[in-house]
Amino acid sequence: MKPYEYARPNDLDEALALLSDTWGETEILAGGTDLITCMKQHVTEPSRLVSLRDIEALRGITVDDESVSIGAMTTLADVAAHAEVRTLYPAIVTAIEGIGAAQMVNAGTVGGDCCQRPRCWYFRTENGLLAQANGESLVPDGDNRYHAIFGNEAAAHFVSPSSLGPALIALGAEMFITGPGGATRTVPAGDFFKRPESEAERETVLAPNEILVAIRILKLGLKNATYEVRHRAGLDWPYATASVAFAYDDEKVSAARVVLGHVAPTPWSVPDAAAKLEGSAVTEKHAAACGEAAIGGATPLSKNGYKLQLARTAVKRALLAAAGSTKEA
Amino acid sequence: MAKPQWPSAEKRRLIGKRIARLDGPIKSAGVAKYAYDQNFEGLLYAKIFYSPYPAATINAVNMDAAKALPGVETVWVDESLIGNEVRYVGQVVAAVAAVSEEIANEALRLITLDATPLEAQIDDADPSKAEERKSEREEGDFEATMAAAEVKTTGHYSIPVITHCCLESHGQTAKMEGDDLYIWPSTQAVSLYANGLDEAVGIPQANIHVDCQVMGGGFGSKFSHDKWGVIGSLLAKETGKPVKLMLERDQELMVAGNRPSAHGEITVGVNRSGKLQAMEATLWGTGGPGGYRPPPVPYVFTKIPATRMTGMRIKTNRGGQRAWRGPGHPQGCFLTMAAVEDAAAAIGMDALEFFKTNLELTERAELYAKQLDIAADMIGYKTKAHLRGDKTDGPLKRGIGIGIHTWGGLGHPSNCDISVHPDGSVVLKMGTQDLGVGTRTVVGIVAAETFGLPLEAIDVNIGSNAYPSSNASGGSTTVGGISAATRLASTDALNKLIDVVAPRLDVDIDDLEAVDGKLQSISDPTKSIPWKDACKLLGAKSVLGRGENIRGESQELGLIDQGVGGVQMADVTVDVETGVVTLNEMAAVQDCGLIIDLKTAESQVYGGLIMGITYALYEECIYDNRSGRMLNADMEFYRLAGLKDVGQLKVHMMTGPGFDERGVIGLGEPPVISPGAAISNAVANACGVRVPELPLTPDKVVAALQAGGIV
Repeated sequence: MKPYEYARPNDLDEALALLSDTWGETEILAGGTDLITCMKQHVTEPSRLVSLRDIEALRGITVDDESVSIGAMTTLADVAAHAEVRTLYPAIVTAIEGIGAAQMVNAGTVGGDCCQRPRCWYFRTENGLLAQANGESLVPDGDNRYHAIFGNEAAAHFVSPSSLGPALIALGAEMFITGPGGATRTVPAGDFFKRPESEAERETVLAPNEILVAIRILKLGLKNATYEVRHRAGLDWPYATASVAFAYDDEKVSAARVVLGHVAPTPWSVPDAAAKLEGSAVTEKHAAACGEAAIGGATPLSKNGYKLQLARTAVKRALLAAAGSTKEA
Repeated sequence: MAKPQWPSAEKRRLIGKRIARLDGPIKSAGVAKYAYDQNFEGLLYAKIFYSPYPAATINAVNMDAAKALPGVETVWVDESLIGNEVRYVGQVVAAVAAVSEEIANEALRLITLDATPLEAQIDDADPSKAEERKSEREEGDFEATMAAAEVKTTGHYSIPVITHCCLESHGQTAKMEGDDLYIWPSTQAVSLYANGLDEAVGIPQANIHVDCQVMGGGFGSKFSHDKWGVIGSLLAKETGKPVKLMLERDQELMVAGNRPSAHGEITVGVNRSGKLQAMEATLWGTGGPGGYRPPPVPYVFTKIPATRMTGMRIKTNRGGQRAWRGPGHPQGCFLTMAAVEDAAAAIGMDALEFFKTNLELTERAELYAKQLDIAADMIGYKTKAHLRGDKTDGPLKRGIGIGIHTWGGLGHPSNCDISVHPDGSVVLKMGTQDLGVGTRTVVGIVAAETFGLPLEAIDVNIGSNAYPSSNASGGSTTVGGISAATRLASTDALNKLIDVVAPRLDVDIDDLEAVDGKLQSISDPTKSIPWKDACKLLGAKSVLGRGENIRGESQELGLIDQGVGGVQMADVTVDVETGVVTLNEMAAVQDCGLIIDLKTAESQVYGGLIMGITYALYEECIYDNRSGRMLNADMEFYRLAGLKDVGQLKVHMMTGPGFDERGVIGLGEPPVISPGAAISNAVANACGVRVPELPLTPDKVVAALQAGGIV
């Protein structure tokens, strides 16, 4: 690991001032569960770390009549334990509990989860974010069992590792971003994640000198759930996930969102699948049809075709779980 | 006179009881000192630079920049590689020693290699890549018997290369004092560690002091001092400073040994009655760049009337194999049990009935029959069993599978010295090692039992090459070797004490026994003397008892034996919509002769089950076929089972008459052999199709389910 400067500012303005406008020169340290590993793996070699841990304004959950706001430095454990979050957003709670390790959810933060780097084993062994050698991706002809089954027509083949991303998008969350000079902007969760086209880009719309400060989720009364296909019970990555949210009045679905996780370089919204549900009840048959529609546009690689079946099942089960939660409520 | 034979059941106070490890408290408290915990003033950290090429000629290694980095004390290069070839990614090329781990790691990145890449073979699944040389073996009238078999089933079965993945990685701390080298390695062979190291570092063995009091697992990968032992010692010798060199996890997984793969096309000929008639197998796999021996197939059912076996090797540019807990057996067991269970399914026969029908084709039919019944009771076979394919509704399918195994486990050559001193203290010395399995405790139990003393009364000294030589711990040979040597040494010492004490008590030497903390007349128990008072009679001298385990002799005495059997059953649930396999329960039934410590014996079986579940469900080395790099050389995607993944484990040790009188037999390997077979069979039983490969990960399970038309 290269020697680096460690800064621990007390407020947001100071933190912003310490950030470079070039990726990799400075890095934002939240819970550290990913960044430190990235540095050991030489994925990034910043000359300065800017820790956000002393900025109290970034921490905590506030609830009003209309929404729930979560500071980016709030730990995943605190989110999953929050009574109102548990009641309103089981899709988020399931995603956090799925991480499977108390150490990770106690240290890991909401912002960190959204900004963590992909786990692609070519990326993590110094082949770059797009995993290329001589301008060609190593992934299609390599071992791609954990790689993307959607979006493979573009340069990136890794999968977004974010646990929260699909749930936040399904719930229509907004991401609050602050940049140089305190300039703020708000981005829908669905626009926050992006596919990098070159090594100079990263996996979100954040600029190098911007900070994700908070996430707001409206209280729309949506039924919601996440289903993750996992093998091990302890700390591990899921093979495929689905988060869903929809209004369910008189057993009729409206405003449905279906978002897959771990299948593409971003959380992967499947609006066509969601549209299939519109106006109907969530039955086993409808849910299965929606799962089938969800994988319609997939472009699996040589070793990850199995993920289609997993994604299809995840959608079906997430829908049934969400509808089930309606009945219980 | 005390006799060396094991005491009869009614005389045993400690042997066979559940006794906690002597070193449990220091391990639990975190104060046990492992190789990495040896810290000294001025310590240097050494790190290894390894080949990034799977195959290349090394022209030059440039260490200048690394050497110039502030904090780097010295560097080392394997000069023998210059002009020669490296054969896998991870092969040791050079090393640096620096004042901190961070600086050492940074220095590694400054090393440059001038190399000419060569063509490499990475993949081991394609039999067309095998060498032309084949091993062929035919028994019985194969053609005719196979032709006459009423039903034939053919399948492909595959078990990948996995590593030992010791929780404590390989390495050591080394330190020079004058002409003497003091070294604290993580090793399975304390007494043999300095063999060859002496010449490599130019220090006579008498001046090399090896110490390994505790270690975090070896599983067959830590028999040698290895190149890193030589490098660490050389760097310590050169700098005069203590040097710590432990492999990083990625190096550990790439370079420190692995279990060879085994792939097979197997045809089984069976009659509708369930009787196995014939088996044909073409087997291939890789052990890396070096040797490869196809696994023993048919396994356990070695008396199948007619067999034809062809074995092939694929040389690959990957790290080389090492002995992996029960070498060859887990592979042979999986390939055989899966193939014959597929034959049972083909004739629509219950698996348990099928295995029982064919026990006469094994070496221990009676034992296995008993073990199958016990395991069936433990897992509730009668209520849970069904023919292949759980027909109940819904995506969750449940199934049971069976594996049967065998092993040798004859105690190894081992020497033990025991001194009994006039103050009553008993000091035991033996150059063995405790891999974490309870060796130290077993040694203490045997001595304490012999002297009629409590376990705490024995000062057990192991883990140093200053003590009488004991062989390496591997192949389930330790417990027999150390138990016999300890028993012989303690009876020898006791008899020397009896020689002194008997005349004073006015009893015949043959009439004196050590029991309950005293020496006592067998014929007249009122004649006795407390242990300490007896020892006082030694006056100014101590007595020294020596014991050597010599295989034939100890077997004659009934102290040790070999040859065990075991049966395991697994109960799994397969989610056929996701391919996720969940282990509900495993039952293990095992014999191992006379058990010295029931608790650590059971622990061995629990550990074997967990390690077996891990390779059945999760473990696999994944290589990039172009770079030759192991892609999951970490503990993120090189997955091991956690406690929540292993389900409920039930262990039954076969003890008592018929078992105890055989003497002590090793137990390290047997319990890890069957899980792959039992779990694979359970998955086939649950979901209705054979998943031909281990590990049973969702990708492989889904592929098999789709091929079988299940989803």
